[in-house]
Formats: sequence, C-alpha cells, structure tokens
Amino acid sequence: MTRVFAWTAFLLGVLFFALPLAGMTEFSLKMRRGEYSFDAYRRVFEDQRFWDTFSYSLILAGATIVFGVLLVVPTAYWVRLKLPQARPVIEFITLLPLVIPAIVIVFGYIRLYNTSSVLPLTGSALGTDVLLTMGYATLALPYMYRAVDTGLRTIDVATLTEAAQSLGAGWITILARIILPNVLVAVLSGAFLTLAIVIGEFTMAALLNRPAFGPFMQLLGANRAYEPPALAVIAFAITWGCMGLIQLVTRFSKHERAKV
Amino acid sequence: MAFLDLSNLEKVFGTNRVVKDFSLGIDKGEFVSLLGPSGCGKTTVLRMIAGFETPTSGSIHIDGQDVTAQRTNQRAIGMMFQAYALFPNMTVADNVGFGLRVKGIPKPDRDARVTEMLQMIGLPDLASRFPFQLSGGQQQRVALARALAPQPRVLLLDEPLSALDAKVRVSLRNEIRQIQRKLGITTIFVTHDQEEAMSISDRIVVMNGGIAEQAGAPFEIYNNPRTRFVAGFVGTLNVLTATVENAEQGLVSVEGQTVTLATGAITGRKGDRVALALRPEAIRLGRDHGRPIVLPATIEEVHFLGSVIRVRVRVAGTVVALDTFNRPDQPPPPLGSVAEISFAAGDAILLPD
Repeated sequence: MTRVFAWTAFLLGVLFFALPLAGMTEFSLKMRRGEYSFDAYRRVFEDQRFWDTFSYSLILAGATIVFGVLLVVPTAYWVRLKLPQARPVIEFITLLPLVIPAIVIVFGYIRLYNTSSVLPLTGSALGTDVLLTMGYATLALPYMYRAVDTGLRTIDVATLTEAAQSLGAGWITILARIILPNVLVAVLSGAFLTLAIVIGEFTMAALLNRPAFGPFMQLLGANRAYEPPALAVIAFAITWGCMGLIQLVTRFSKHERAKV
Repeated sequence: MAFLDLSNLEKVFGTNRVVKDFSLGIDKGEFVSLLGPSGCGKTTVLRMIAGFETPTSGSIHIDGQDVTAQRTNQRAIGMMFQAYALFPNMTVADNVGFGLRVKGIPKPDRDARVTEMLQMIGLPDLASRFPFQLSGGQQQRVALARALAPQPRVLLLDEPLSALDAKVRVSLRNEIRQIQRKLGITTIFVTHDQEEAMSISDRIVVMNGGIAEQAGAPFEIYNNPRTRFVAGFVGTLNVLTATVENAEQGLVSVEGQTVTLATGAITGRKGDRVALALRPEAIRLGRDHGRPIVLPATIEEVHFLGSVIRVRVRVAGTVVALDTFNRPDQPPPPLGSVAEISFAAGDAILLPD
C-alpha cells in the first residue's frame, strides 16, 4: 500500500514537472506548420544578439563566480573556524537577497553609485559591469554560501587547519591547498547555480541597461511566438549540462567518493 | 634552561582558569606524557606549546628561543591528532610531503624523504593511496610520518591512539616509542590512559584541575605518589583507614592488626585516623611468606582476565581489590567464601590528606 502511494506521488511529481516541459519543447518544434522542425532554434542561433548577450552574460557569470568564491569560501571557513557564534547572523545576511527583491537592490545601487556619487560606477560601461557583477553575487549569495557551508560541514575544518599549521602552512596555503580542494564539489555546485541565476537574470541587467541574456529573452518573448520556448529549452539544457558536470567532477574526484 | 621550557603557564577561558601556574622543563630527546582526567588542562598545555592557544601568562621556550608569541607555522613542531587529520584530497605521499613542500624543499629531495618516512613506518607500498583507502592504524602511521618528515624540533601527540582498537593501540604505541628513540626527538604525549602513559614515557606529568600534581618516572609515580589524586588516578588503589598508635615509632593499627611503617612516616597523635593505600599486586590471597599482616576477608567478586585474576574482597567495611596470577592447578575462589588476605607494611603507601 505504501509503495502504491509512493509511486503515485512520484508519478504526479513527474507529470507536474515534465508535462509543461514536454509541452513547451513540443511547441518550440512547431514553427513550421504541420511538421516538427528546429526552425525556432535555428532562428535563435542565427540571431547575433543571442551570441552577444549570451557571451556577455557568460563572462559576467564567470566574474560573479570568481568574486563569489573569493568572498564566500574564506568567509564560510572563517565563520566555521573562529566565529561559530556569528553563524546565525551570517546565515541571515546571506538569506536577505531572497527576501529583498532585485529591483530594490538595483535601485539602491543606482542611488549609491550614480554619476553624481562619490563612486560613480554607473558612469562607465566597465563600472556598470562591475556593479552588475556585485549585484549578481548578491543574488547568488544564498546558494553559494549554503553550498560552501555544506561542503565545509563534511570535513573537520578545525583539525585540518591545525594539522596544516603545524606543518608550517600559512592561511593562504591552507585555503588554497587544503580547504578549497576539499570543498571543490560544493564550490562547483554553487558556481553552477550562480551561472544559472546570472544567465536568466532580468531585473538588474535591464535597469542597469546592460546587454545581458535575460533582457534579450524578455525582448524575444514579447515579440515572437516560437523562439522564446526554444530559448527556454536551451536554458534548461545549459542548467542540466551544469548539473551533469557536477556529477562528473564528483565522480572523477577520487577523494570525494569517500564521503558518499 | 631545558630544551623545552614551560614556565608559569596560565590559560584563562572567560572566568575559567584551565591551566594554573604550570611549569615544566623537558630535555632534548625526552618522552614526556601529560596524564590526567578530562578537563584537567593537559590538552590546553599541548595546544599552547603548539601555538593553537595563546597563554594568558607565562612563557614557552624551545631550544632557548622564546616562542610564546610565535605563530604555529613558525614553531617547527610536528603534531599528531586523535582524528588523524590527514588531508583527504591528497595521497599518502602528498600528505607526508606536505610540510616539506611548504618549506620549499625541491621535489627530488622531497620524494627521497617521503620514501624514507614511508619505509620507516612500514608502509612503502601505500604512497599512492588516499586516506579513505587506509585503516585507522595505517592513517595514524601516515600522520606520524607526516609530522616527522620536516624534522620538527618537538613532536606533540594529542591522544593519537584513542580512536584505535586495543591491539593496534598497543602495537602503534610501541612503534611510536621506537621511532622516537631512534630519532631522538623531544616528544610530549597527551593521554588519559595511565597504562599507555606508563608504558612508553620517560617521565609522566600527572595533571589535575589545571596544575601538575606530580612529575616523575612512571616507576616513581606509581610507587611513590605524592598526592591522594595521583595515587588514585595512576593504577588501582585500595585505601584502608588506619588509626595512629604511636606516630614516632610509625605504628598504626588496621582492623586490629598493628602495622609498622617507616619511622617518621606519620605525624599526628594517638587515635588519629590516616589513610593507607595498597596496590592490588601488593596483596596476596591467603597467608604468604614475607607478608606478616593478615586480615580476614570475604570474596565478593572474581574477574578472570587471562594471565591475571582480579579478586575483590570485603575487609570489614572496605572493598579491596587484589591481583593473583592465573595457575591452572589453582581455580579462583568461590564467591562468598571466607578467606584471608596478607600484605607487608613496606608495601603500604601513606596517603597525605
């Protein structure tokens, strides 16, 4: 009886998630009347704006990931090692981007960093890109912090740190050679989540007027019928590809298997 | 000044004084154990030597150099932890070579040293394995090799055998001692296991409540405990209440028997009560030549331990434990039977208040 319930729940879940996806995919293939084709995908790939916005978002995602890792890994490590009492506060701070809408954050940025401010980041394209990267890092913070913190939980941070110190290692060596390689899979999962967020983000990029992939998807969605679902399928493929990469890295990382 | 000199160390956490005025000098090549119950401050002392904790007051000198304010990575110490603490992302060879790499030793020299270390611990074939592919004993051997590879000035062992099973513990502790003797490295071993401490140490420091109650060779600590705590903590001890008969002549009475202790061993007046302690191996079941003090007893418990049989008997109101060697022709006494125990006055330890 329990098995029947379990299978029913599983099938309902699959239908809930898979059916809309299948419907969307099918619709994206129906651009040519009366037959299935990849015309919508071809149109998307032929559009130069797709490549421009996608590569722009990809570069910014890379920058966001690097900044996020440099910010989150040492912070989460330090909190675990030296400030465990500050953990609830840090967790609360990292959760704030989930409750504060992106539009509020970006308006705050614009007020703080406009051309008449002390730090006029919005005055140049590069400055705005830096600002956008910071904004993306803020949006990805809850996911990145949790992923890294979960990774740190699987290792004995304090003892490994002390062992490395007793062998003459300094903080940078410890972080780079001991801590980071041991939470690499967690960092990667945080990085891929960041990538997914950055690729699809609309509000910040649109309000800062940057040529990102999110505003392009919105533009396409407002003016075309078949290309938007094709773009959504492409976005899903990227996300799933990233998830597959996480699995692959875990599999090839020998020492990670010990934790399974 | 001793090679490792700890002088007037104090450590306060909040309002809790964990280590109080702790001083100790350790000679080069000496193996010293810090022994005591949980919370006695032994690990804190070790962590202060390692540099993981900063002393509230006092100083630490290694080879004449004041290292009190130095960071851990500048102290040239080696350390073994209870939880092995091997780096999970590195192979055995990389783990052993980590300290050498941090020191900037060139790869060929590093590889040679790693091979030498792995041979020393008897695991030359496991260089390419990861820690999760090793048993607990193997991991701790690798941890020892890793700690010794950069040739530290002092080796610190923080209960490294506690997580291992009994057989591996004994073999590994002997191995650690052999290697320590061979290399002549000054070593401090923290443990709460008195048997472990006694079996491998040149000197034991018994700690209680943040202070060193007594320091000395295992033989001296066991046979001449200076405080009641040391007597009770190191080995099993039977405490009998005696009444002073003549303090000047060292005469006390135990359960109606007069016992002559060394002249001047006791102070006090006639009728005062003193505590006499006896180790289980000093007491015989039945009468024995050279043990003139005989007391009636009832057998309460018999524990067969293989080569030794531990018997608990009741003497008046006190339970006394004694050890006898197992002999196939002499079965253990039945429970509840009436017997006698005997001991010599010279084996009795007069416990201070």
